[in-house]
Amino acid sequence: MIRVKNLTKQFGDVTAVDDISFEVKAGEVFAFLGPNGAGKTTTIKMLTTLLRPTRGELRIDDLDPSSQQNEVRKRFGIVFQDPSLDQDLTALENMQIHGALYHVPRKLLKERSESLLKLFELWDRKDSLVKTFSGGMRRRLEIARGFLHSPKILFLDEPTLGLDPQSRNQMWNQVRNINQSEQVTVFLTTHYMDEADRVAQRIAIIDHGKIVATGSSQDLKEQTKTDSLEGAFLKLTGTTIRDESATSADQMKQVMRMWRR
Amino acid sequence: MGAIYILWLREVKRYLRSRAQIIASLGQPLLYLLVLGFGLGPTFQKAGGGSYLQFIAPGIIGMAVLFTSIFSGIALLWDRQFGFLKETLVAPVPRLQIMAGRTLGGATVAMIQGSLVVLISVVAGLRPVSWAGIPLTIGFMAAIAIVFAALGTALGASLQDMQGFQLVMNFLVLPIFFLSGALFPLDNQHAVLKIITRFDPLSYGVDGLRAALLGASHFGVAIDAVALAIAAVVLLCLGAWRFSKIEI
Repeated sequence: MIRVKNLTKQFGDVTAVDDISFEVKAGEVFAFLGPNGAGKTTTIKMLTTLLRPTRGELRIDDLDPSSQQNEVRKRFGIVFQDPSLDQDLTALENMQIHGALYHVPRKLLKERSESLLKLFELWDRKDSLVKTFSGGMRRRLEIARGFLHSPKILFLDEPTLGLDPQSRNQMWNQVRNINQSEQVTVFLTTHYMDEADRVAQRIAIIDHGKIVATGSSQDLKEQTKTDSLEGAFLKLTGTTIRDESATSADQMKQVMRMWRR
Repeated sequence: MGAIYILWLREVKRYLRSRAQIIASLGQPLLYLLVLGFGLGPTFQKAGGGSYLQFIAPGIIGMAVLFTSIFSGIALLWDRQFGFLKETLVAPVPRLQIMAGRTLGGATVAMIQGSLVVLISVVAGLRPVSWAGIPLTIGFMAAIAIVFAALGTALGASLQDMQGFQLVMNFLVLPIFFLSGALFPLDNQHAVLKIITRFDPLSYGVDGLRAALLGASHFGVAIDAVALAIAAVVLLCLGAWRFSKIEI
């Protein structure tokens, strides 16, 4: 479903993704693990047509994201690292906008909105403004929305960041259910090793823009002679802490938080 | 077409839901209209200009449309920082349609806001020469709204964060307003001012509104309409180009 060969992305002198290759099969749940700044989000952005690769080959369902943008976009859903809902609209209105943008026929849109909102336990709140939702509810709404147009692939970029264990647990159960019932391929990144261990059939570990290991959780543990995925991860990527610099977006969010008080 | 409509609808819904903001944004035009209209009225009358309130009302209507449309375009910045923009940009919809939906939505909101100021002006004492001028008034409000919603989109797509906002406000939006002849007659002006006002699209908008409401104009309705049409084409192209360059 996803094929990546010798993919490289450079920003000026910085090489964010350095000659990586991997494949994800249809219906698989595939996890991309790596420390901050390892190149996870950059890879997702290239797969989802938001960035053009500097070099290398990309195929999504045998289509090229850099030349067949619209065709590729119809085939995936995405939940970004940071929220992408319109908070001044209701949950249902957010679904309706998504349906219109993805050309979902009206009747189907109605049916699927209802079944997805019910599945993600948001149907009772469908007419509430998103700004009244908790973090967990917002995430669930984003995932429900990602499934709305029946994509072949769902990209989840650190979807459980900042959620409590209950919400995380519930969310992954729901994602796994849809993965099985609709045969959706799931490509996820996360910092929580236990999640990757539990949900993903195969895992790739990326560090400094390079893939350092691929395989099932079991393979990785055997390769590194450790007894947990976290142990394997630390062995492969080292124990140094990576700092990400704050962007102007982060600064604005801080100002916004001040204003809200 | 579905995408343009839904994004247009989003802008309108968001506007209609923010009642407090609607009322707050009527404060400024009201202040200009009443304080300047009544404050400078006697002086203006003595100078032989007639009723100042009548004279500035079209200018204040133009101002309300200008501010609302430009800010709705700049609101793109918030959508960028708070994520909703990404949702639209990864959708299988050409960017031109997304830009069109947003810009038309912003222009519609600005027209509603402008219409409210027309009502306020009538209450404050604006007497249109004839009610037949109302369709023309709406037409010129629409033209001003589209021109500046497009400019706002171009700005919102180009600015990285809200720090640039003050710059835009003080060196672009306010000069557009003050140099448009909204507050003073364009006849017998100093040569430099005369040249500058001719390059300000709002001059033609306000002049068109005066023609429609008061039956008197500086440039003439035909020139006003053509100038606004040219400005709209140029700024829509600029907005579409800047929008196509957004990277997230």
